[in-house]
Amino acid sequence: MPVRKRTLALIAYFILLLLPIYWMFNMSLQTNADILGEFSLVPTDPTLTNYIKIFTDEAWYSGYINSIIYVSINTAVSLLTALPAAYAFSRYRFIGDKHMFFWLLTNRMAPPAVFLLPFFQLYSTFGLIDTHIAVAISHCLFNVPLAVWILEGFMSSVPREIDEMAYIDGYSYPRFFLTVFVPLIRTGIGVTAFFCFMFSWVELLLARTLTTTDAKPIAATMTRTVSATGLDWGLLAAAGILTIVPGALVIWFVRNYMAKGFALGRV
Amino acid sequence: MSLVLEQVTKRVGHDVHIADVSLELSEDSLNVLIGPTLSGKTSLMRLMAGLDRPTAGKVLVDGIDVTGVSVRKRDVAMVYQQFINYPSFTVYNNIASPLRFERLGKKEIDRKVREAAEMMRIEPLLDRLPSELSGGQQQRTAIARALVKETKLLILDEPLVNLDYKLREELRSEMHQLFQGGGTIVVYATTEPLEALMLGGSTVVLDEGRVLQSGGTLQVYHRPASVRCAEIFSDPPINVIPGRVEGGNVRFGREMGFPVNGHLAALPPGRYQFGVRASHLSIGRRTEKDIRMPFTVELAEVSGSETFIHAHHDGVTCVVQEEGVHSFALGAPVDVFLNPSQLFAFDAAGALVAAPERDGGSRDQDRGS
Repeated sequence: MPVRKRTLALIAYFILLLLPIYWMFNMSLQTNADILGEFSLVPTDPTLTNYIKIFTDEAWYSGYINSIIYVSINTAVSLLTALPAAYAFSRYRFIGDKHMFFWLLTNRMAPPAVFLLPFFQLYSTFGLIDTHIAVAISHCLFNVPLAVWILEGFMSSVPREIDEMAYIDGYSYPRFFLTVFVPLIRTGIGVTAFFCFMFSWVELLLARTLTTTDAKPIAATMTRTVSATGLDWGLLAAAGILTIVPGALVIWFVRNYMAKGFALGRV
Repeated sequence: MSLVLEQVTKRVGHDVHIADVSLELSEDSLNVLIGPTLSGKTSLMRLMAGLDRPTAGKVLVDGIDVTGVSVRKRDVAMVYQQFINYPSFTVYNNIASPLRFERLGKKEIDRKVREAAEMMRIEPLLDRLPSELSGGQQQRTAIARALVKETKLLILDEPLVNLDYKLREELRSEMHQLFQGGGTIVVYATTEPLEALMLGGSTVVLDEGRVLQSGGTLQVYHRPASVRCAEIFSDPPINVIPGRVEGGNVRFGREMGFPVNGHLAALPPGRYQFGVRASHLSIGRRTEKDIRMPFTVELAEVSGSETFIHAHHDGVTCVVQEEGVHSFALGAPVDVFLNPSQLFAFDAAGALVAAPERDGGSRDQDRGS
């Protein structure tokens, strides 16, 4: 029974992959004493204290709110700037267009740490340190090029004749773009939004350096669990589980289009 | 409205797409652009519509220079070779889309959309999306959208070429009625002589970005200005037989020949290229005047209800079009009959010097090419 064997193998692999996440979930439902005590696969005395603490302590839940705010701003800004840029790259030929297009992608090749110091200096000068907008804009450095690449792929698969026909029909450029073109590439926009969201959500270095208290992201807040008295294992695990949730939700919505997104829309 | 192109040239990089084309299209006319693939039909139409700007030359509408005026400000509708519709709109909204920019009431738009849909027989499909339609229905939608706008210039770029045989026949016969009246200049591009003959009107023969000949469709068909024109405007391409006139005889190759008479009588001696359409050659004798040519079968292909026989003899290769389905053995001898009164004569440079006389040309119209 070859099919049966394959199913079993896949299940085993799936369990292996999910093990760390399950273990984190397991820890999040236990007190520190239980975690450090006897080994058990399921919580012996399940408790929601860790979660309750996160949802009631402002220092904790504001971390999530901050992260969601700057990630949303970043996704919106990235999409709004990348849409016209991608349209230009896909529809017009101009001097150096191919070089510029490639240059965009090279921005993703440098590690974020390279940009850390200049960004810090720049944002300090403009008084933007510890604001959501600072983090959102700094993440655009990585997300706008990616968004342009993905969207360009999706846009190029729309026949140019559709643009022309709209102009013949009498559409103005903005009206054509919003009522005809955007609906045609909505899958691409969704996938792009997902990628922007994911990169911005998991990025820690820039987000932590550019914020202190008011716009502190959740990942930075999580480092607070390390104290002189040791690690607060349960709390850290609960925060980790909650960090996975938004990403998992977004993945659920774009799951059918992700492969196309990874291929930058060129499938 | 009249549309005039004055010495229009379009270059892209080092390639010349349209070379020095001058044309005059008058109001309420049907103009067929015929030419092989890459002859510049689409390029020329895009220049007419204002989608592209000519490198040199002028485009005049009603005597006013509109070169470089955006397509949005022109009164033009276009149907593409590919079935281009707005994929996210229903058929109804697709057809209504150009009307939304005119100051029309909802009822007026609705009336016009339904009228156009009825004309193209897609009324039951109005609520569907283009992706839920067959190719023919998609192209009907595109044509309905072009018609509903009631423009002064209607451009159709090989609208039927991507359809299957049956649908093409069906739409082709309807096309003719759609373009009647309305004061519109219709420009219709095609590669198929049969389509041009069915539409009538006037014809412009294009090749490699140049206009080879323009005039009434039948006029162009019966008196092609050159060998190339005759090749483009017959399907299969006209048979060209190199020959000579000497001592009162027309001679093909070494052996075949016949005495000159009729329209060929006035030809001075010398070398010529003789053209005869495949439909004017036959395997059986048709008239007393026919000349028998002993050929060898190279290939016989059946297309629809017709058979095309490729045959050769003595350095002369011909395609014979026969009604009905026949089979011929490869290499078998076959007698091909040629009526000298159907011969076109072109001089060595390819220009027409003698064409068959026509009394109404009814036979050709009936048989197509």
